[in-house]
Amino acid sequence: MTKHTPSAGFRRLFASLMLSAATLGVAMTAADANTLRWARVGDALTLDPHSANEGPTSTLLHHIYETLVSRGLDGSLQPRLATEWSIHPDDPAVWVFKLRDGVKFHDGADFTAEDVVASVTRVTAETSDFKGLHTSVAGAEAVDDYTVHIKMKGPTPLYVQNLTNFFIMDKGWIEANGVQAPQDFKAGEEKFTVRNTNGTGPYMLESRDPEVKTVLKVNAGHWAPAPQVTEIIYTPIKEAATRVAALLSGEVDFVQDVPVQDIERLSNTPGVKVTTGPENRTIFFSYDMTSDSLVSLPGDNPFKKPQVREALALTLDRDAIRQVVMRGQSVPGALNAPPFVNGYDAAMDAYGKPDLDRAKALLAEAGYANGFSVDLHCPNDRYINDEAICQAFVGMMGRIGIKANLVSQSRTIHFPAIQNRQVDFYLLGWGVPTFDSQYVFDFLVHSLEEGRGGWNGSRYQNPEVDAMIKSLATETDLAKRDATIADIWKKVQEDRVFLMVHNQALAYAAKDGIDIAVHPENQPHMANVAFK
Amino acid sequence: MIAYILRRIAQSVLVMLVVALVSFSLFRFVGDPVATMMGQEASQADRVALRERLGLNDPVVVQFAVFIGRAATGDFGISYRLQQPVMELILSRLPATLELALISGVLAFVLGVSLGVYTALNRRGWLSAAIMSTSLIGVSLPTFLIGVLLIWVFAVELQWLPSFGRGEVVTIGFWRTGLLTESGRASLVLPSITLGLYQMTLIMRLVRAEMLEVLRTDYIKFARARGLPNRAVHFGHALKNTMVPVITITGLQLGSIIAFAIITETVFQWPGVGALFINSVQFVDIPVMAAYLMLIALIFVVINLVVDLLYYAVDPRLRVDRANARH
Amino acid sequence: MNRLARAWDSDLAYSFRHSPVAVVAAAVSLTIILAAVLSPWIAPHNPFNPATLVLMDGFTPPMEPNAFTGNVYLLGTDNQGRDILSTILYGARLSLFVGFSAVLFSMVLGITLGLIAGWRGGWVDSLLMRIADVQLSFPSILIALLIFGIARGVIPPAYRETMAVWVLIVAIGLSEWVQFARVVRGAAMVEKSKEYVQAARVIGVHPARIVATHILPNVMGPVLVIATIGLALAIIAEATLSFLGVGVPPTQPSLGTLIRIGQGFLFSGEWWIILFPSIALLALALSVNLLGDWLRDALNPRLK
Repeated sequence: MTKHTPSAGFRRLFASLMLSAATLGVAMTAADANTLRWARVGDALTLDPHSANEGPTSTLLHHIYETLVSRGLDGSLQPRLATEWSIHPDDPAVWVFKLRDGVKFHDGADFTAEDVVASVTRVTAETSDFKGLHTSVAGAEAVDDYTVHIKMKGPTPLYVQNLTNFFIMDKGWIEANGVQAPQDFKAGEEKFTVRNTNGTGPYMLESRDPEVKTVLKVNAGHWAPAPQVTEIIYTPIKEAATRVAALLSGEVDFVQDVPVQDIERLSNTPGVKVTTGPENRTIFFSYDMTSDSLVSLPGDNPFKKPQVREALALTLDRDAIRQVVMRGQSVPGALNAPPFVNGYDAAMDAYGKPDLDRAKALLAEAGYANGFSVDLHCPNDRYINDEAICQAFVGMMGRIGIKANLVSQSRTIHFPAIQNRQVDFYLLGWGVPTFDSQYVFDFLVHSLEEGRGGWNGSRYQNPEVDAMIKSLATETDLAKRDATIADIWKKVQEDRVFLMVHNQALAYAAKDGIDIAVHPENQPHMANVAFK
Repeated sequence: MIAYILRRIAQSVLVMLVVALVSFSLFRFVGDPVATMMGQEASQADRVALRERLGLNDPVVVQFAVFIGRAATGDFGISYRLQQPVMELILSRLPATLELALISGVLAFVLGVSLGVYTALNRRGWLSAAIMSTSLIGVSLPTFLIGVLLIWVFAVELQWLPSFGRGEVVTIGFWRTGLLTESGRASLVLPSITLGLYQMTLIMRLVRAEMLEVLRTDYIKFARARGLPNRAVHFGHALKNTMVPVITITGLQLGSIIAFAIITETVFQWPGVGALFINSVQFVDIPVMAAYLMLIALIFVVINLVVDLLYYAVDPRLRVDRANARH
Repeated sequence: MNRLARAWDSDLAYSFRHSPVAVVAAAVSLTIILAAVLSPWIAPHNPFNPATLVLMDGFTPPMEPNAFTGNVYLLGTDNQGRDILSTILYGARLSLFVGFSAVLFSMVLGITLGLIAGWRGGWVDSLLMRIADVQLSFPSILIALLIFGIARGVIPPAYRETMAVWVLIVAIGLSEWVQFARVVRGAAMVEKSKEYVQAARVIGVHPARIVATHILPNVMGPVLVIATIGLALAIIAEATLSFLGVGVPPTQPSLGTLIRIGQGFLFSGEWWIILFPSIALLALALSVNLLGDWLRDALNPRLK
């Protein structure tokens, strides 16, 4: 006991740790020129293509699997596995897809129309997380090897817009592995597709350790010209500071989720390049505008009065939020639709300067000369600086006498509370994957019924508007449809259904010489990356 | 002795059952898993159907019974988040946490005891005062800040050590170890310092306090009077007698190491069970949360058992006491 | 006057006067505590009232006029335009309140349960120690998360902001009592078997009296070590909880929450948001701990 003091053992350990640290410098820089080390905040949840309708999962899967059509950088539809698509000339309820010839799955099987039919069946299965985008599908039929008809329950002129995250699987592989339906949690068994893949994409799965590292290797047999990036090492790094540190220390080449406050510093760092661009996501406040009583203000509902809603709009200083909270990384607006979306109107999106005197006068006119007190609910782990936006707005409202009590919580509590209508004043973000206003109306404006109005926490109810929204789904005359969309937006703006704050912006940071453009759906594709 | 151990084991099983029951009655406060499992297009009917499929509409007691029934056969279900068997996920992450906890625990214990003894023996020395004061800096800042500061200095500015992850790992059976590769060992340095700093300070201060007490006892004075060399007095007599509270606290600190591993693992993107747990909390991944808590409970009852048995070994008086208590 | 003079001459005061570290530590902690308690009167702004904040003042560097508003702040402002100096003062007040209350709560609970367990032994001991096991099985962070969850379900939203601090105190206090209990229990078990205690029992001295006169003084050393370090720990635990997304409302940041906010700006160049609150926390925790060190040595009669 006295001979061997414990510190000797420790000294040896420490010495060996220090030694390994000293030699590490060499190992860390030894990355292949064609390898791209990619870090973002979270990992894909699963490799099953139809099991998790979630951003990072789809982004990773786009490298392994392919869709019929894809979304270009400008938001337009681009051919991918389908080369042409159209509504059947004789039947407005049928979509016709011409498929790409000569495409092979990673296991060598040929890609044919039967594979699309099998994938349609799978994506509409009970356990599919994407079935909400395919509710109007009646069935699919292979007309020949390279032509597919997707039959709808009625005319669905914009169905193709729902297909940008619809991944195609091989029919034979599905059957051979018994994975006809996506993961069923009740069964308590892991599906083969969670860890194994067989797509047509430009990359093949090399190895995967969930939330640690996923390695993809280039697929030499891919139909498109060979990409420059031949190996992708994907590592999630949850902490913002650590993620930025990993880029600064040269341990990763590309960081997808850059905190807004670090953009400036990274742009000024030699060897690092930051690319920014608008994201397809609006951030807005909603309030219960029809109930007689609020949860946090029993017996009264100030938001029912149009003057109060106008006063709130006059209080919100969007430019200050953009300048300070968002560090210039947002596009403020008054219309709850991103600029790429069909139906966007720049005139309606224009916003005025805050006017506190006018706001106070409106409040007095509505009978709230002394203001009122209300809970403002806010997520704190979902959108860029979500809690800070709410906090700033609480201060702004305080200046006209509205005492907002900020309740900021995790999205796992915030979102169910909105869906179950337990909150009456809250912040929400909304992405529009179909790039059409109908998607916004269906979920946020239409009154609550099965399949519609699930996120309408404003409790906005207008039978006339409801009828107009329903007509959008089947209207095949696109000019007429656009006119209806404009009418609905006009009404929504008049009634001040939303208090829009801004459109979120995205920032990607990469080592110099790596050129990655910002994708509006935050789905960058490494096959498009150019080394310089 | 055997009867005592058996009784302790029976109690431990009960403890674990209580832990499981308490966790299950509290999960619904963490949030709604359905909200994170389904995309925003999911309809109300889809959500209701998924809730039903997951058994979330059942009373807590029924959910608990189903969980215990399955857990008894080693089946903890499928993660809501990563869609893989929970047992497999936890087992694949456990080595990372254990290696980190072990290294930082050893670091804390060895450094803490040696520095504690040194500062106790040289109570008035300037070096002791310096050690005592600087060691406090480590407990005066939050763990996450210390971690980020270490990353900033050693990974970004000096570029000596990696900022995240475990480096290259070698798989031996089911155990993935980072101890056998250069990058694996280098990756361990910053997280284990971050994790061990607080424990080291606590152990050091405790050893010092206890040593100072013991050194003033008649028994030590007598040992000195007998002419025993200082070394024998300090380590053979004094240190041995300070070990009861030190072992107690160190045992308890293992728990806090595992708790603080959650923070350290998050800051360093260390792929251990702590990071898995916090990600599961944020997703309301009930099967993983339940299994993690059961695992932690298991580790704790084992640690407590060992600590109590060590009491027996170190302090004979307790044996008499325990024997008396039985009458 | 007479009493003051006696206090000045006491052993404790003598030891204090002759320990420069203790004098400095006491001065620093007293200054911080006083400044924190008096913050509503001495702070230049009230950062806890959102209506008085100007968002465009955000990220003003120390001693430099803001690019938009021209306002100058001694220690700069944070991301909401809060004056850092005022926020440190108000935040320290909140942190100290949480820290003191949580330590007091866990100390009273831990010592009581520890004494009962150690003294009574048998099934009472087993029961209490198994409760401690259950308690320890939940990482302190999770206990706090769960207590927050329950509070959310029980407390009406209007009271949540005011209740958040009490929830924190209970959450942090509950996760620390076992430390006290285990140490006190161990000491009580050892003391109980000593002859003098057994003699006192034989002659019929009330157990409460034996505990108070013989056992408690014997455990005060380790209890003080745990309590002093526990105060700093409680303040830091509060910061850690805010790192995980629970804690005081963001509109009323504590010192720890302010550090968590500042940590996000470590790489972006706004060093003042993290530096000044960290210095304040470091000074506070360090001086309290040093004071605890000195107090322990001074109170121990055998160290003279």
